Amino acid sequence: MITSLTRTALSAVILASFTLAATQANAANDRFKKVLDRGKLVVGVKADYKPWGFRDSSGKLVGMEIDMAQDVADALGVSLELVPVQSSNRMQFLQQGKIDLMIATMSDKANRRKVVGIPQPNYYTSGTNVLAKKGVVKSWSDLKGKPVCGKQGAFYNKQVSKKYGAKIIAFVGNAEAKQALRDGKCVAWVYDDSSIMADLASGQYDDYEMPMMTEDDNPWALAVPLDELDGIWGNFMSGMIYNWHSSGRLVELEKKWGIQSTQFVMDMNKRFEPYEAN
Amino acid sequence: MELFADFFRELYENTGWNFIFLYEQYEFDRILEGMWVSTKLIVASLIFSLVVGFIGAWAQGANSKIIRYGVAGYIQLFRNTPPFVQILFFYFVLGNWVPTYDAGGYQEGYIDSFGWAVISLGFFAGAFNTEIFRSGIEAVPESTREAAEALGYTRLKSYIYIIFPLAFRVCLPALNNNLVNLLKTTTLAYGIAVPEMMYTANQIWSDNVNVVEMMIVLFVFYVGLVAVLVYGMHKWEKSMKIPGYG
Repeated sequence: MITSLTRTALSAVILASFTLAATQANAANDRFKKVLDRGKLVVGVKADYKPWGFRDSSGKLVGMEIDMAQDVADALGVSLELVPVQSSNRMQFLQQGKIDLMIATMSDKANRRKVVGIPQPNYYTSGTNVLAKKGVVKSWSDLKGKPVCGKQGAFYNKQVSKKYGAKIIAFVGNAEAKQALRDGKCVAWVYDDSSIMADLASGQYDDYEMPMMTEDDNPWALAVPLDELDGIWGNFMSGMIYNWHSSGRLVELEKKWGIQSTQFVMDMNKRFEPYEAN
Repeated sequence: MELFADFFRELYENTGWNFIFLYEQYEFDRILEGMWVSTKLIVASLIFSLVVGFIGAWAQGANSKIIRYGVAGYIQLFRNTPPFVQILFFYFVLGNWVPTYDAGGYQEGYIDSFGWAVISLGFFAGAFNTEIFRSGIEAVPESTREAAEALGYTRLKSYIYIIFPLAFRVCLPALNNNLVNLLKTTTLAYGIAVPEMMYTANQIWSDNVNVVEMMIVLFVFYVGLVAVLVYGMHKWEKSMKIPGYG
């Protein structure tokens, strides 16, 4: 029995190294050509993150980031295929070549830059805050030792539990986490301030508030495969982001999806505004 | 110990293989907690499912029609729905009917997510255990039953002292299978945020982007646990062997 155990463990390790080798074997700098040849761009987006990526009443994926993905497909002159991804698996989709591009509300982090290619500049920014019943919590320190609902895969779960001693109860999806909050299973729901603002504006959370000072304002990044970052594909996406900022497209999209204008997007718009040529 | 931690830190820096819990205290505590919760969850739901199976198999042969139909309905309900749906149903639907008390801004239920996981997993595996025990009971010869009756045993007493011990030996291999299945099904408890191994591994790979490494750890952990369970069950089976029977 011991030998069968070691054998299984060994084959697991071998399997894993094969996967690693396979991801590294992707020939670099051919993604752009591949997309054009296939006539189709495959983008990983969120399906449960209103209003950036979610399903409308007919089940179609819509949202601000889906509009951005459509912009990229239009610029390339190809059709668009959307693949719904989760916070906890989005980088693997890219590593394994299942998607060409990921626009999935991802925060830009140093350890993530080691895994996926993040073209500059960033396109958005958000911070951490909580949604709670009115009057229950006033400051971050009030969360100490209390259950706080969250979503599996979010980086701030660890920070809130490490820094403020909150007991994070992380669910698979936002819907379950918010249901647990409504059932009173936790004092608050920790998430992105911009998404909480959208919830509060929806009118479904009239008894709730966003009581904290937003923490860790962090830029968002879209991502390309790591070995494509310095090639055509990464540079092309940098250009796309630059133009979104410069043309005011992101400000326009925020308005379209009812998102409160963020300082970052307005600042970037000003910074990259084209020089008035005479 | 320090040397050990340094080795894995260097392994990460040089090769990218990130077994972070071996060199960072916070993650180490987290994974230890995950293993402990998983073990508790497995032991609790194994015992609960065996109790449910024991009672269920007895109730199947009850004289009362109501009890018999009740057990049949229970088995159909739990065998015909996915265990993940059951866990979510227990936690989000039944969980709201259990009395709670205000614990300072949130409602503390008398049954927490761990409790609900044990209950739903126990009932899920218990439905199968009931049928497994029934198969064993039906294998006990009618003459043995009659002999017990002739010796003055009541229905309940003969079930406890004569029929069940014999039936149990017959159905052990099938039971073995079901318990191994239950052990693996406990990973579904991550859906209602029970901080067991699957949940913990998911949290760690989300924070540190080391999915492949944590998958391997999960794999090895469950292979090990199942091996221990199967080994124990085989030992038990051997120790209970009656020469000339079964």
